[in-house]
Amino acid sequence: MNITVTVNGMQHSADVEPRLLLVDFIRTNLGLTGTHIGCDTTNCGVCTVLIDGTPVKTCTMFAVQANGRSLMTVEGLKQNGELSAMQQAFRDNHGLQCGFCTPAMLLVGTALIEENPDPTEDEIRWAISGNLCRCTGYTNIVKSIEAAAKTTREGASS
Amino acid sequence: MYPSKFDYLAPETLEEALTVLAERGDEVKILAGGQSLIPMMKLRLAEPSALLDVNRIPGLDTLSRSNGALHFGSLVRHNDVVKSETANANHTVASAAPWIADPIVRNLGTVAGSLAHHDPEGDWASVMLACGAELVLTSSTGERVVGIDDFLVDMFTTSCQPNEMVTEVRVPAHSASGGGNYQKLERKVGDYATVGVATSLELDETGNIASAGIALTSVYAHNLKVTEAEQSLIGQTPSDDLFAEAGRIASQACSPASDSRGSATYKRHIVHVFTTRGLAKSLEIAQGGQS
Amino acid sequence: MTTTERRPHTSPEIGGIGHSRPRVEDARFIEGRGNYVDDITLPRMLHMAIHRSPLAHARIISIDTSAAEAVDGVVAVVTGELLANYNLAWMPTLSGDTQAVLATDKVRFQGQEIAAVIATDRYVAEDAARLVEVEYEDLEPIVNPQRALEEDAVVIRDDKDDQTSNLCFEWESGDKALTEAAFAKADKIVSLETHYPRSHPAPLETCGIIADVDSATGQTTLYMTSQAPHAHRTLFALVAGLPEQNIRIISPDIGGGFGNKVPIYPGYVVATAASLVIGQPIKWVESRSENLISTGFARDYYMKGELAVTNDGKILGLRVDMLADEGAFYADAQPSKFRAGLFHIVTGSYDYQAAYVTTRGAYTNKAPGGVAYRCSFRVTEASYLIERLVQNAAYELGIDPAEFRSNNFIQPDQFPYHSPTGFVYDSGDYETAMRLAMDMVGYADIQAEKEQARQEGRLVGIGMASFTEVVGAGHGDDYDIIGLKMFDSAELRIHPTGKAILKLGVKSQGQGHETTFAQIVAEELGIPAGDVKVVEGDTDNTPYGLGTYASRSTPVAGAATAVISRTLREKAKKIAAHLLEASEEDLEWETGKFFVAGDPESSVSIQDIAFAAYTNPPPNVEAGLEGVHYYDPPNMTYPFGTYIVVVDVDPESGQWKVRRMVAVDDCGVKINPMIVEGQIQGGLTEGFAMSSMQHITFDETGNCLGSTFMDYLVPTAWETPRFELGETVTPSPHHPIGAKGVGESATVGSPAAYVNAVVDALQHMGVQNVEMPMTADRVWHVMQEADGG
Repeated sequence: MNITVTVNGMQHSADVEPRLLLVDFIRTNLGLTGTHIGCDTTNCGVCTVLIDGTPVKTCTMFAVQANGRSLMTVEGLKQNGELSAMQQAFRDNHGLQCGFCTPAMLLVGTALIEENPDPTEDEIRWAISGNLCRCTGYTNIVKSIEAAAKTTREGASS
Repeated sequence: MYPSKFDYLAPETLEEALTVLAERGDEVKILAGGQSLIPMMKLRLAEPSALLDVNRIPGLDTLSRSNGALHFGSLVRHNDVVKSETANANHTVASAAPWIADPIVRNLGTVAGSLAHHDPEGDWASVMLACGAELVLTSSTGERVVGIDDFLVDMFTTSCQPNEMVTEVRVPAHSASGGGNYQKLERKVGDYATVGVATSLELDETGNIASAGIALTSVYAHNLKVTEAEQSLIGQTPSDDLFAEAGRIASQACSPASDSRGSATYKRHIVHVFTTRGLAKSLEIAQGGQS
Repeated sequence: MTTTERRPHTSPEIGGIGHSRPRVEDARFIEGRGNYVDDITLPRMLHMAIHRSPLAHARIISIDTSAAEAVDGVVAVVTGELLANYNLAWMPTLSGDTQAVLATDKVRFQGQEIAAVIATDRYVAEDAARLVEVEYEDLEPIVNPQRALEEDAVVIRDDKDDQTSNLCFEWESGDKALTEAAFAKADKIVSLETHYPRSHPAPLETCGIIADVDSATGQTTLYMTSQAPHAHRTLFALVAGLPEQNIRIISPDIGGGFGNKVPIYPGYVVATAASLVIGQPIKWVESRSENLISTGFARDYYMKGELAVTNDGKILGLRVDMLADEGAFYADAQPSKFRAGLFHIVTGSYDYQAAYVTTRGAYTNKAPGGVAYRCSFRVTEASYLIERLVQNAAYELGIDPAEFRSNNFIQPDQFPYHSPTGFVYDSGDYETAMRLAMDMVGYADIQAEKEQARQEGRLVGIGMASFTEVVGAGHGDDYDIIGLKMFDSAELRIHPTGKAILKLGVKSQGQGHETTFAQIVAEELGIPAGDVKVVEGDTDNTPYGLGTYASRSTPVAGAATAVISRTLREKAKKIAAHLLEASEEDLEWETGKFFVAGDPESSVSIQDIAFAAYTNPPPNVEAGLEGVHYYDPPNMTYPFGTYIVVVDVDPESGQWKVRRMVAVDDCGVKINPMIVEGQIQGGLTEGFAMSSMQHITFDETGNCLGSTFMDYLVPTAWETPRFELGETVTPSPHHPIGAKGVGESATVGSPAAYVNAVVDALQHMGVQNVEMPMTADRVWHVMQEADGG
């Protein structure tokens, strides 16, 4: 089946089998390997990308379902050579260790502060509770998202 | 893990979708959120020969309130409910929504799809049983409305026919003197309920209980409406003892299995505790007159 | 964070030890440019999927691969029979046992590898793998070690000629007679029987390989999820008979390891053999279920501990007897002399001279493993047992658990301390760490609140663990893995412009080596850390090393880095003397430069020296400024600390919640405090996971009940407690920079603190123990039994 998907602002067309999982389309067909695979049962969330701005686990969606939709992966976060506030905050706050869950956490954090510019710690923990991390104990991920929210608010008000 | 091959159909209109169901309903699985279906296909516990993706059909994604009820279109996602002010018209619904799966899964999974899937460990069916919901089932020959009790037949089985799809779920709104709650014991976010208890109360003008709903998750072969416990409340003046007794009745009515989530004895005990707590919480809302 | 401040000696521009330098590796990870095994694609690459046994124990009657072979896109189906032609149907384990690569005679655990399909596409490979048909004859599944050792139990390892029972090993440590004598003198003997449940490291990246054997040249390149690439290369050379110089193992970015990526798995061997035969690269990456059911499990020790104590609160001795569930193949990843790893550190932070530990291991029909899951070889089990016992002993004696610990701590002036099981603790100050943790948590206030809470129908508990770890294995005389001495290495090359490359035998899986090891060079040589590139994980381009696990990178490779830096500094001094026309004896070192004593103006920078090393070396001095050092640690290091947990337990439901979690760690000198904190937070979470939810169980037929993340529970941000960190700094006296290692302390030390807190909340009911994981169900049952009894 022919599909056309916009990913990070670029349109891609491909002929795919209906059973091709969206995550495999992103990784294999498009070569965007920042989106990862960590389980088979929609638990770990390392395959999360934004579809029309909403975080979705791409291991539990077929590529054909994304036909006509607009996706953002971790590779799309950096704009005009500048790290996004979320990327910078993860860097500044040691928000990652092995890096495997990081792309998903960055995207979920980005979607969260878009919707809720000043989230509480509980709201952040709740928002990332569909995404597992084995390294950080989440402490610094939470701190990073708080910091990104702050810089984004300050950027918006200045 | 990958699913086996299937045909993919993505109609743009409801008519088209219903035509497909009329012709190939027996072999087709409807794909709404896919958050239960796709993992089962990846584990090859489900191998449908075709998927009917209804996500492109316009008009199915509305959540509205009219005629004293909440109306959920087929494509209303769990997180639509979490974020909707409208959904607060039913307290049991509003209280359950944040406990469905995890926040990312809630972005795709649908209320109607969850009911049609009828996993006995699913939370929504208990909410609907406690609240007396109705479902609109549509086929190419027309539509019919069935009560939730008649809709849920057995685990993974509903009375929805192969040529039909769930196009709407209707849940009565709580009145100003009504309240509801969903208590869920889960081991972590995203886990199925060890025990879930949905409660709903309406008080009459004297403050006595006019109607009551109690339904349980994960403690029976299917979601269990506990009619006897409900009946024990009607016409009564609310009290801790009354609720504890309803909890006791509920704990006797269920038949949980021992598994990695807990022993049968424990689950039965939790049904007692959570029914009591849920009713107290429902009463608090009903008496507070929250809407 | 509460700190005992230690000021860095270098400027932030140099970024030596003590600076919380931002991580170098983050630059690629935050842009999704990490390069994990599954991200690599090679031309003509094929894909492999494995057919696994659904049964735990059965004889194989026949294997029919014809239907699988007939699938369009399938290139080959590999069975054990085929591998036997290359002498590869079996392989050695890290504990000197053998393990089936693809089963030929019997299947011995659910999920065991039977056949592998090689196909042009992953989806097709999996389709075909399902079509392999195996006929079985059922055998009794043995799902616990107690049953395994009964006389009438069927022998699981009938492949081994000398194996007549399911006994896998017997091991002892300490002095039996001395211990018996101590117990005879005791006023009380406090005992605890407990099970440290089976667990799995479950890094978010599963295991995988791309095997690329060039049939023309024989060059074998293996891209592998490997925590120990050099040791793995040697094993491949020995097992497959491949010339070692032709094997290159590349361990790219690793998405977490935690011990899971220390063993060699059958999939690696099959993919390599298939690539050799087919002549194309082959990729195999596990699914999560494959990872959980077939790769290295951890723990699973049944422990009985007894503490001999006096009425005035002194410990006289410790006796431990254990039974280990080893699975179908004995594959503990641990030093070969020590059958129960370093469990004999079980005597803990306390001063007594009588201890005796006995262990038996049994074969069962479960996956092999026994990996050191974020732990230095069974230290986690040991720490748990002693810290649980100590609390129970305090209760029994009616002494506050903190005071009981204090009564028995090894004192600072007793170091180096010779433990009754043969360790030489390097340094410690246990009392100070414990008092700091108690101050942070407000120990007395919580103790006072407990009684009040009970009267209000609430249950509050406070529990602590004052752990001592042993990490950084270890001296070559005692510590080896399959004969390879447990040294590690560092090669430092300083280029003419003063920039450097540091190459290591270890391999980061998220610990941040690229950042921290550069800081050691910066500290020692004054070259800015940003000018030092750290290279790991490529056997062609790094010196030999045993790898990263057991918290050994900083203690061993970190020491190697410091030593080689100092060696080059000595050479630099010769060059400096030449450049300054001074004698070496007159030169003094200050970060980044040599100067003539008494004449600070006459100086030469390390960068100038580096340039001269290539352009103007002194006569009789070799050109260049580079070298390699293999560090054989004189002793191990002994990080310690005190963790305190406060919990609220719901008396009705048994649910418990961590109210406070205070962690005071002492890992000696910290290279990068930010990274150290990150390691501790991660470890505390895994400790919480094990104590609360994370375990693998089996039903009576040997079905694994934890085969997906739906059933094998890993905590999310929502359940994970907030942590409050504190520190003391007691340097290791024998380590060149005084560091001890920290990656595992929190996983090792914290489970006992969580359990002690819950037990403490229930102790007034007569509760002595709650088994891990402390599910709400278990806690409730314990309360019921206590109430009833």
